[in-house]
Amino acid sequence: MDRLRAIEREGVKTNLPAFDPGDTIRVMVRVREGDKERLQAFEGVCIARRGGGINATFTVRKISAGVGVERIFPLHAPSIAAIELVRKGRVRRAKLYFLRRLAGKSARIREKRAVIVPETEQQQA
Amino acid sequence: MNGLIGRKLGMTRLFNEDGATVPVTVIAAGACPVVQVTGSHVQLGFGVRKPKRTPKALLGHVRKAGLETTPHVLRSFPLAGEPPKPGEVVTVGIFKSGDLVKVTGVTKGRGFQGVVHRHHFGGGPETHGNTRHRKPGSIAPGTDPSRIIKGKRMPGHMGARRFTELGLRVVRVDVERNLLFVRGAVPGPMNGLLSVRKQGGPSRHD
Repeated sequence: MDRLRAIEREGVKTNLPAFDPGDTIRVMVRVREGDKERLQAFEGVCIARRGGGINATFTVRKISAGVGVERIFPLHAPSIAAIELVRKGRVRRAKLYFLRRLAGKSARIREKRAVIVPETEQQQA
Repeated sequence: MNGLIGRKLGMTRLFNEDGATVPVTVIAAGACPVVQVTGSHVQLGFGVRKPKRTPKALLGHVRKAGLETTPHVLRSFPLAGEPPKPGEVVTVGIFKSGDLVKVTGVTKGRGFQGVVHRHHFGGGPETHGNTRHRKPGSIAPGTDPSRIIKGKRMPGHMGARRFTELGLRVVRVDVERNLLFVRGAVPGPMNGLLSVRKQGGPSRHD
């Protein structure tokens, strides 16, 4: 088991940004057209993350031309060139599948603000 | 050589150039010393046996090939091509990515199983007064022939038998670490013993 995990670790990316469900992210996908390769952005809300190690995947949901579109990406696939964090969202659960039956205003996610440290503590530090 | 003994490490995934996921089984195969060469077969060894746990007869057999340590298991493979010398070491280098292989192992034991799990019988309806839920039903005609045909599929012990999975594709070979990556599943549990053989190519009947 440990030997297998060690082999898996070789394929795991280490340069990924920290993102959680609720965050809006932009996924840069390598697309091959003929013998040309270009990057295609897929921007939306991360509604779920699952799996560990090399098997980890995440689901991104966006509304494209009025239609809800979801894509499941393997986190460590080489076809994912980069993941950019657009906006941190404040949510209270790990799987945001409830967004599927919401639309418009009700499907918004509040932005997560940086934690404000009280002044007294700052002075101590 | 066209075969090797190994141990199943388990399954994981790789990504190919197209970005697609490839499910693979990782096999720690070899390095296998050649223990004996007969006219038609080559006997390979795998693993290490404690000297204290080695029967004297086996020790003598292994010494003949000039081996320092006694292998844990010995397996015979049909001879193909140039016969190797006893004491030589066979590694995963005999395989290359893209090769077709067959993998033999002992399947996971399932215990005593009914006919639905063991032979994929359909079973009966669960409701509407039916009582033949997972039973086999009728197994033969009556007075004539007054017996059951041999080989009739019935409940019984399932699994824990030797099985060969054919037509598996080698995806990656790691000679340094003695690892073989094969697309798809192979029989047996993790750490189960396997023998991997090449498939296709020149036959011994050629």
